[in-house]
Amino acid sequence: MSSSKNSAPRHYLFSTDHRVIGVQYLVLALVSVTIGTLLSLLMRIHLVWPDRIVPFHGPILPEDYLALVTIHGTIMLFFVLTTAPQSGFGNLILPSQIGARRMAFPVANAVSFWLTAAALVILLSSTFVPGGSAISGWTAYPPFSAIASAGPGQGAGMDLWLASIAVFAVAGTISAINTLVTIIKLRCEGMTWDRIPLTVWGWFTAALLSIIAFSVLLAALLLLFCDRHAGTSFFVPTGDLINGVIHAASHPGNGSPLLWLHLFWFFGHPEVYIAILPGLGLTSMLLANFSRRRVFAYRMMIVTTLLIGFLGILLWGHHMFVAGLNPYAASAFAVSTMAIAIPASAKVLSWLVTVWRSRPHYTTAMLFSLGFVSLFITGGLTGPVLAQPILDEYLHNTFFVVAHFHLIMAMAGIFGLFAATYYWFPLMTGRLMSESLGRLHFWTTILGAYATFLPMHLTGLMGEPRHYAQLIGVPNAAGHLLAGTLPLNRFITWSAIFLATAQLLFFANLIHSLRYGKPAPPNPWQATTLEWHPALHPNAPAEASEERIVVYRQPCEYLATAGEELILPQWSTEAIPNIKPE
Amino acid sequence: MPTTITPTKTEPKPRRQLEDHDHGSGRRPPTDKRTGGGGDNDNWNDRPNGRRGPRERLVRYRMGIFFALASDLMFFVAIVSTFFVSQSTGHFDAYNNYVNEWSPTLIPPILWLNTAVLILSSITMETARRRMFHEVDVMDEWLGLGKPITRAAIPWVAATVVLGIVFLIGQWIAWTQLATQHVFFLSNPSSHFFYLITGVHGIHLILGIFGLAAALVGLYVSRSLETRQIMVDCAAWYWHSMGIFWLFLFTLLVFFQ
Ligand SMILES: [Cu+2]
Repeated sequence: MSSSKNSAPRHYLFSTDHRVIGVQYLVLALVSVTIGTLLSLLMRIHLVWPDRIVPFHGPILPEDYLALVTIHGTIMLFFVLTTAPQSGFGNLILPSQIGARRMAFPVANAVSFWLTAAALVILLSSTFVPGGSAISGWTAYPPFSAIASAGPGQGAGMDLWLASIAVFAVAGTISAINTLVTIIKLRCEGMTWDRIPLTVWGWFTAALLSIIAFSVLLAALLLLFCDRHAGTSFFVPTGDLINGVIHAASHPGNGSPLLWLHLFWFFGHPEVYIAILPGLGLTSMLLANFSRRRVFAYRMMIVTTLLIGFLGILLWGHHMFVAGLNPYAASAFAVSTMAIAIPASAKVLSWLVTVWRSRPHYTTAMLFSLGFVSLFITGGLTGPVLAQPILDEYLHNTFFVVAHFHLIMAMAGIFGLFAATYYWFPLMTGRLMSESLGRLHFWTTILGAYATFLPMHLTGLMGEPRHYAQLIGVPNAAGHLLAGTLPLNRFITWSAIFLATAQLLFFANLIHSLRYGKPAPPNPWQATTLEWHPALHPNAPAEASEERIVVYRQPCEYLATAGEELILPQWSTEAIPNIKPE
Repeated sequence: MPTTITPTKTEPKPRRQLEDHDHGSGRRPPTDKRTGGGGDNDNWNDRPNGRRGPRERLVRYRMGIFFALASDLMFFVAIVSTFFVSQSTGHFDAYNNYVNEWSPTLIPPILWLNTAVLILSSITMETARRRMFHEVDVMDEWLGLGKPITRAAIPWVAATVVLGIVFLIGQWIAWTQLATQHVFFLSNPSSHFFYLITGVHGIHLILGIFGLAAALVGLYVSRSLETRQIMVDCAAWYWHSMGIFWLFLFTLLVFFQ
C-alpha cells in the first residue's frame, strides 16, 4: 500500500483497514473504561462518605447517584465489554486467525465504528442537557422512562440515552454481519470448521447473538419512543400515578412495563454473553498455548460455545423473577438458566484438564487467562443460586447480584481483555510489554478484584439494596440494617480505589512498552494460530501478501520430545508422528 | 511423573495432499469444484488469494444481505409479539369490571390492491434479477459485445421502482381513508399497531426503493458486470423479503385482529 497517497486523517481516521479500525475501537473502549471507572469510584465514595463535596459539582444528590449508576452501566456494558472484545480485537485479530487478509465489508466496518463513536458522544452529551442524564439504569425500566415529566433525567437525558443505544444497536448489527460473513466466506484453504481457533468460535457465536438480539432492542426502543412522544401506552399501565399526576388522559390504554422487561431482557441477557464469549475462546487458546498442550476436547469446546450462545437466548426471564412472571414461566426460565451451568462447567473442566500437570509458562497473558478461569468459577457459582426464583426473590435487588455480575461479566471480561492485550501487543507494535510490570499488574488487579467484589456478596446477604444513594440517614430498623453494612462497605470502597489505582501500572506499561519495549521475535509465544504466520504479520514484506496460506491442522498442537518443545503451527507442513506413551 | 513421549514412525503426507486436493482432514473426498468461496470443500489450487472463483464476491454480499434480513426479521417478530401481548391485555376499572380496550381496526379494502401490487413488483424484480445471470448474455458482456444484460434488466428494475411507489401511495391512501373514519394512530391499541406496522414497513420499502434506485444508477455507471449483478441481486433479495414480511403483516392485520 503506498502511504504517500493517503493523507494522515484518511489513513488513521477514515481508514477501511481492519487493523486500523480495530485499534480505533480499542482506543474508544480505553477512553470509555476510564470514564466508567471514575464514575464507579464516585459512586463508591459517595456511598460511604455521603457528605463529601465533589469539586465543580457540589454534593451528590440521589438523582445524581442514579445518573452515575446509569452512565457507568451503559458505558461499561456497551462501550467497553461489547466493543473491545467483539469489535476491537475482533477486527484486529479475527481476519488473520482464519487466514483472511481483510474483513468481508471494509467500508461497512468503518461505518459501524463511526456509528459507535457517535453513540458514545450522544450518551456523554446527555450529561449537559436540562434534567441531566438518564437515571433509570442501563435497563431504562418504564413507566418512569416512558413519561418525560416523571422526574430528573427522564426528559431530554432519556431521549439521548435512547438515541445513543439505538445508534449503537445499528452499529453492532452491521459489525456482527461483517464478522459472520468474514468467518464463513473468507477462511483460507484448509481452515475447516473444526480447525477454526476457539477465539473465532467465540466471536462467531457472539455475532450470531448480536444479529438476533440487537434488532429486538431496536423495536423496544421504538415502542418506548412512541410512548414518550406520540402518546401511546405500550409500557404505561392504566391510570399510572407519577408525581401526583394520573397519566390516564395522556396515555390511554393498558400498557405493561413487563412487556418492556421481556423485550429488553431478550436483548439484555444475550448481551452479557456477547461480552464474555470471545474471552471464553481466548482463554482456551492461551491456556493450551502456554501449557504446550492440545485443547482438551476441542470439538466439545466448539459445541459448548454454541450451546452457551443458544441457551443464552432462551433464559431472559430470570431477570423478571421479582418483577412478576407466571410461576410456570419462572420454572421454565429457572431450568433453562441452570442448564447453562452444564456447558459452562464443561468449559472449566477442559481448561483444568488442559493445564493439569503441565508445566505452564507463567507469562502475564497466561496469568490473566488463569485469572479469567478463577473469576469465571467464583462469579459463575452464584449463577445457579440466582437462577432459583425463590432465592432470587430475596437476593435480586441486593448487592449479591451486583457481586455476581461484576465478578463474572465485568472482571472476567476485563481479564480476558488484559490477556488479549498482553498476548497480542507484540503483534500490534513489534514490541513486548514489560513482564515484571505486567506480573505486578496482574497480582494487584486480581487482589483488588476479589477484595472489591467478594465482600459485596456479604453486604448483599446482609440486605444492602442496589441503587441506594446513601446508607446513612435511613430511619428505623432498615436504617439500622444498612448502617451495619457500613464497615464492610468502607473496605469495599478502599479496595475499589486500590483496584483502580493498580490500573495505572497497566497504563504505564502500555505507554512505556510502546516506545521502549523489548523488540519482539516474530512468534514470541510459540503460538500456533495463523495471526503469527510470517506472511500475515502486520509488518510482513509486501510480496508476502501474494503468498498462499494453507492450514493443515487444528491449533495448539505440540510435540514434546526429550528436553525441547516442538511447536506445530497450523500452517506447518510437518506430519504428526505416531505418539506412543510408554 | 511425566510420561515419556517418543515419536516413532513419521509419514510424509504433504505431497500427497497437494496432488489430491486433500487438505489433510482425512474425511473429505477430493473435489474439483471450481466456484464457491468458503474455507471448506473448495479447490483453491493455482488460484491466488482473494480470487476464489467467479461468484465469490456475489455470494459474500448475498450472505451479508441475508444476515441483515435475519436481523430485520427479529425486529418485526418483536413488534408482532407486542401486538399479541397488547391484544390480550386488559385492566380493571373503578367498578371492578375487566376492560379490554382493543377494538379491531377495520382494514381499508385498498390494502388488498396494494398487496397485489407488491406481489407484482416482486415478480418484476425477480425477472430483473434472473436477467442479470442469463448465461449467453453474460458471455456477451464479458466478451465486450454490448451490454445485453443491462439493457434487459433496466426496464424491470424501473418497473419495480414504479410499483413500489404505487404501493406506498396506496398505503398513504389507506391511512387517509382511516383518518376520514376518525381512526388515528392514537385512537386505540389496535390502531397503534396498524399505523406502526404499516409505517415501519413503509420505511423499509422506502429504503428498498433507494436501494433499487442505486442499482439503476449502478447499471448505467458501473463497468464491472459483477458489481452490477451484486447490486441488482442484493436489492432483489431485500425487496422479496419485504414482500414476504408484508404478506405476514397483512395476514396479521386482516385475520388476527
Ligand atoms: Cu441474565
